[in-house]
Amino acid sequence: MIGLLLAIGLLIISGIGAMIASARPRIATMIGVGGTMLGGLLGIIPAIQVLSGHAIAPIRLPWSVPYGGFYVHLDGLSAFFLIPMLGVPALAALYGSRYLSVSDGRRRLGTHWFYFNLLTACMALVLIARNGVLFLMAWEVMSLASFFLVTFDDEKEHVRQAGWTYLVAMHLGTAFLFVLFILLGKQSNSLDFDHLGSAVGMIPANAGLLFVLAIVGFGTKAGFLPMHVWLPEAHPAAPSHVSAVMSGVMIKTGIYGLLRTLTLLGPPAAWWGWLLIGIGLCSGVLGVLFALAQHDLKRLLAYHSVENIGIIALGLGVGVLGMSLPSTPLMVLGFAGGLLHVVNHALFKSLLFLGAGSVMHATGTGEIDHLGGLMKRMPWTAVTFLIGAIAISGLPPFNGFVSEFLIYVGGFEGVSASHISPMIAGLIVLGGLALIGGLAAACFTKAFGIIFLGEPRSAHPAQAHESPWAMRLPMLALASGCVLISLFAPLVFTWMEPVLVITTGLRPDQLNETLVGKVELLNYVVILGVVFMAVALILLLLRHRLLSRRQVTHTVTWDCGYARPSPRMQYTASSFVQPLTDLFAALIRTRHSLDTPSGLFPRHASLTTNTPDIWREHFYQTAFKAIVWFLARFRWLQHGHVQLYVLYIAITLLVLLVFKVG
Amino acid sequence: MYAISMFHTALALLLAPLLLGIINQTKAFFAGRDGIPLLQLYYDLWKLLHKGAVYSRTTSWIFRASPVVGLAAVLVGLTLVPWGGQAALLSFEGDLILLVYLLGTMRFFTVLGALDTGSSFEGMGASREVQFSALAEPALLLALAVIVQVSGSISLSTMYAALTPALWLESGPAMIIVAAAILLIYLTENARIPVDDPNTHLELTMIHEVMVLDYSGPDLAFILYAAALKLWILGSLLVGLLLPVHGQGWFNTILFFVGMLFLAVVTGVIEASMARLRLQRVPQLLVCAGALAVLAIVLMQR
Repeated sequence: MIGLLLAIGLLIISGIGAMIASARPRIATMIGVGGTMLGGLLGIIPAIQVLSGHAIAPIRLPWSVPYGGFYVHLDGLSAFFLIPMLGVPALAALYGSRYLSVSDGRRRLGTHWFYFNLLTACMALVLIARNGVLFLMAWEVMSLASFFLVTFDDEKEHVRQAGWTYLVAMHLGTAFLFVLFILLGKQSNSLDFDHLGSAVGMIPANAGLLFVLAIVGFGTKAGFLPMHVWLPEAHPAAPSHVSAVMSGVMIKTGIYGLLRTLTLLGPPAAWWGWLLIGIGLCSGVLGVLFALAQHDLKRLLAYHSVENIGIIALGLGVGVLGMSLPSTPLMVLGFAGGLLHVVNHALFKSLLFLGAGSVMHATGTGEIDHLGGLMKRMPWTAVTFLIGAIAISGLPPFNGFVSEFLIYVGGFEGVSASHISPMIAGLIVLGGLALIGGLAAACFTKAFGIIFLGEPRSAHPAQAHESPWAMRLPMLALASGCVLISLFAPLVFTWMEPVLVITTGLRPDQLNETLVGKVELLNYVVILGVVFMAVALILLLLRHRLLSRRQVTHTVTWDCGYARPSPRMQYTASSFVQPLTDLFAALIRTRHSLDTPSGLFPRHASLTTNTPDIWREHFYQTAFKAIVWFLARFRWLQHGHVQLYVLYIAITLLVLLVFKVG
Repeated sequence: MYAISMFHTALALLLAPLLLGIINQTKAFFAGRDGIPLLQLYYDLWKLLHKGAVYSRTTSWIFRASPVVGLAAVLVGLTLVPWGGQAALLSFEGDLILLVYLLGTMRFFTVLGALDTGSSFEGMGASREVQFSALAEPALLLALAVIVQVSGSISLSTMYAALTPALWLESGPAMIIVAAAILLIYLTENARIPVDDPNTHLELTMIHEVMVLDYSGPDLAFILYAAALKLWILGSLLVGLLLPVHGQGWFNTILFFVGMLFLAVVTGVIEASMARLRLQRVPQLLVCAGALAVLAIVLMQR
């Protein structure tokens, strides 16, 4: 525990050090990045200890804040989340050290690294905090630090806008968490998590209310639909290594918070599971549909985070439904699949964001339709991006398949159950996951195929260059992470036992029986994955042998005899997904503005398609406009006289005092 | 028992290209032609394996890896499919998910190979392929979910072993509906009429054929052979449902093989007697397959 606190301290101190050294960007970067990497490594060690079965004693220090206390503990659930939360920022920081160097001197990099390390430290603190006040404080600083990271390019209008959206969303979400913790702590008169748990031996309706509060509050951070509106704004605006950390790991603090709350609320009702499955299905399907329609690579990836959070929610929903039945296989498969997907998504999504950063660094644009042919110019980025693309589409043999496989098996367990309720849930999960999987494969064949394959579609990619090693290494590390998890899936699964003990509330011996059976399944999946790769290798050798002494010629792509083919004739990303976006037009409402050629000698023609977020446009904007209209009625209260404001405060305090005493 | 499964797998490897010959012969019969020889695909494969190759200068290693990955995926998938009343070579709980997703990996690489050429025709085919497969995948899993529910198992071999003639008598209508759903998926996934026309000669109207337009030599042989095996895999899933025979013995093997031949004839009849659907209509067909599967599950409830 001391080691972990030291690591958090190191992160904060190196951040402050980087800020002090602001005048010399190179040194500031060195201190900041060195601190993140060292602190990350130092912090991961105790997490591994906990997962391998060594319990660590909690630390409790007095604190003068009302209801507060510096109470921290590292249990299995925290440790499981802690490893990616420290590991991914360490790699992203190394990447960022080169990614940001183009802006050397122009901006104060010191402050950037201060906020970056602060964000990492606060994510770790959120995971180990066991007191409501400490938790909310770390949560708030985490949101603020990431706000400053998102607005790094603050001279751009759209970045400032995105920053505001993010800040407003985070605070609305946190408001729900305040209510949640106040209600939780009301009876026990303490905000320590141990006591919160005991207080909820309450009426089911109350527990249900608290659960909904947690869904809204933590779901805003995680990106559940329809609280997801900040993701497609904030992720593209932030520098790529920041997007990688935010999308890869920071949003998972929402999932962690939800799981922690579930352990506090006691036995769940069946409708909690249904709610999670519903949210998961909507987030998953709509997330990937909106991703399909995007033209900007980072916006596309941001919507995929919504999709993957949806898959995680589907898993958790199956688990919660399993707890309410109760059914041990559903619990184990749902929670294990969801939790494993948390780690998998952390790996491949940060990998893809770093890849997107490399592409933008090299070409100066993230507009998919302007790219093409980068495979030959950026081979390393291309291969790592391809691994990420296969993994995120949930295809074997990589890690995305393993976690989706567990959730699928959970769905099938539900289908073959004798009750009607798990059967319908199982069908929804199966159909939903398969549709999400098919659409995700469509979206990533588009992203990879249009960006890296074919010929350059404009001058941007034509002169692209491979990224420097400091940017390539983190991508390689994350890609190997994807491969390693898929190779050692059964081992990772057994490590999850302490985590499952906490989330399911079962004893280890009750879990073991189910766990052993499912480990066997994963063994088969891994072995067949390896066989698949081996067969591919053998066929590759066979093909090589067949062609070795034959004539192999190179020519142009088959062009139907057309004399002057041009790269502009290639299929574009928009045309590639057009059948799908047309099919689902009712759900995503893509806007077309078409300027058709007319007359005998048409001058120009153009087609623009744009798919804005319908919730942002139709729901939030309308709601916010109504609120502004309502609040404008009270504008006379706000006149700029500070003296009168003091009077307001005095009156308010007086009223509260009367209320309390009388 | 294991030896028989091995034998069945070898049979699939050997006879899969024959099914396409039968389909073509049937079509020729209905059109009043002599048709291409029954063993044409074998000749083609033999010829292609002995040729050199031509590659587009636009392509990268993805284009060369794509046929290899595709063939590897169907080869591994083939070992999971039960055949002739016998368990598959390999079986474990959840193997049906792996099978469906291996076909997904194959498709992923075929599409990337098509996009790698930078040709707008191949992009067009790829675009259609991802649209239809995104809808076919849920339909296939839902259809298999019916059998999962009947058998209480999620391993293909155990699932198909639980299908008995008694079950057909008991819930025949539901089983027919599932079979119809799987037939639709079988036609779509194998690029047959009414979804795709393998005989079309205009790049603009193709789906699967146009994606592999730039392949030649051994690569094309791999692709054609993989397509034949895929037809065999999905065909076995359908025939296994319709012919609930169990136990080992030559009789079952022969009966099942006749079933496969009959399916090929039926495919040929469908191709000869139907026009291809308009592309916009195909999604409706696939949604229909998914709806049929759900309907069957509802009918199975009592």
